[in-house]
Amino acid sequence: MNSTLLRSTALRSALRTAAPKSAARAGIAGTTFVRGKATLPDLPYDYGALEPAVSGQIMELHHSKHHQTYVTSLNNFSEQLAEAQHKEDIQSQIALQPLINFHGGGHINHTLFWENLAPTSQGGGEPPSGQLSKAINDSYGSLDAFKEKFNTALAGIQGSGWAWLVQDTQTGNIQIKTYANQDPVVGQFRPILGIDAWEHAYYLQYQNRKAEYFKAIWEVVNWKAAEKRFQ
Amino acid sequence: MSAPSYTLPKLPYAYDALEPHISAQIMELHHSKHHQTYITNLNAALKSQAEAVHTSDITVQVSLQQGIKFNAGGHINHSLFWQNLAPASSSDAKSSAAPQLLKQIKATWGDEDKFRDAFKAALLGIQGSGWGWLIKVETGKEERLAIVTTKDQDPIVGKGETPIFGVDMWEHAYYLQYLNGKAAYVENIWNVINWKTAEERFLGSRADAFKILKASI
Repeated sequence: MNSTLLRSTALRSALRTAAPKSAARAGIAGTTFVRGKATLPDLPYDYGALEPAVSGQIMELHHSKHHQTYVTSLNNFSEQLAEAQHKEDIQSQIALQPLINFHGGGHINHTLFWENLAPTSQGGGEPPSGQLSKAINDSYGSLDAFKEKFNTALAGIQGSGWAWLVQDTQTGNIQIKTYANQDPVVGQFRPILGIDAWEHAYYLQYQNRKAEYFKAIWEVVNWKAAEKRFQ
Repeated sequence: MSAPSYTLPKLPYAYDALEPHISAQIMELHHSKHHQTYITNLNAALKSQAEAVHTSDITVQVSLQQGIKFNAGGHINHSLFWQNLAPASSSDAKSSAAPQLLKQIKATWGDEDKFRDAFKAALLGIQGSGWGWLIKVETGKEERLAIVTTKDQDPIVGKGETPIFGVDMWEHAYYLQYLNGKAAYVENIWNVINWKTAEERFLGSRADAFKILKASI
């Protein structure tokens, strides 16, 4: 997985646990826990670069405010968690877990999302190639059929959440999965491509017409980034 | 097979009546588009359900349940929400319009400010889409007040639970005006809470609180 945007050591480790590699796991288990602070990654393009699919105003708020809030809150709750661990306060540790999941998930999801989008001038919207393209065709028949299924999944989210193309780390198969709120793709599945279906991702431009956002977003999907995540 | 068909209840005030606290643009989209969509999808799901009941297709009936809960919840929640809001200039928007409820709030939280702080904290703690409600709970021995949050469009339909007033924390309820500043929305919504409706729901029966739903079939 290409996670160069994730600067925090701890988070990189957390992301690596999604991959079935024992070396990455040892990185967490075998050392004294020294926390790196998560920081907001720079966008690899300008705020206005995804227009007209996603407006510059949305991108700026989404990145500089929403994503920043997840980062700030993650650091805050991580600090509290470290303190609770230090004091061996198991109740506090458990109480903090949903907050780490939510804000840590928000940081992970948005980091991957920025990376799997690109302006058309930087390859956004160009169809996948190679092994990932083959896997999509084998699973869904065609890229268009896949997009249609993916958009149906996006439209079916009840409330806030994400839809992901994921790879099953056990079978290698790809599938479309939706996740509530900021639940990140971890564990058995590896994130390949994610689309944010929270209202803040589209509302200023598309209001209640979310189907139009789901249709337009494919014009700026960075399949090259998705290919790098696919194994 | 016939199924009930719900219709969009009229707002008891104009779209711009809650300004400056909630913009007319938000109110119009929220009522005429979002609420309408829940109703449209609910009616379609109820029709499919009636057919599945008629043909004794239990698997289809079960598969429809989550969609019915979500869309019916959206209809119920929004119907109650419009009624528990009022223009800030109205006397209904003052907590003095709910003397009995206020007495119980003070007995429960100490004072009105502490109650509001607890309610605001609950609203801001919602992860994702959802609602915050003040509810009345029948314990079997007495009636108590409680602040609860619900996810997505889950409605307050538990046994012995009556919704008093709710605040919509979906982003579509505030984003066009407040953007990521939801704390300001949570602050300003208090200017347009309809305390008269809240008092009526507090003093009335559970069925009374939901009578708007019967009226919009």
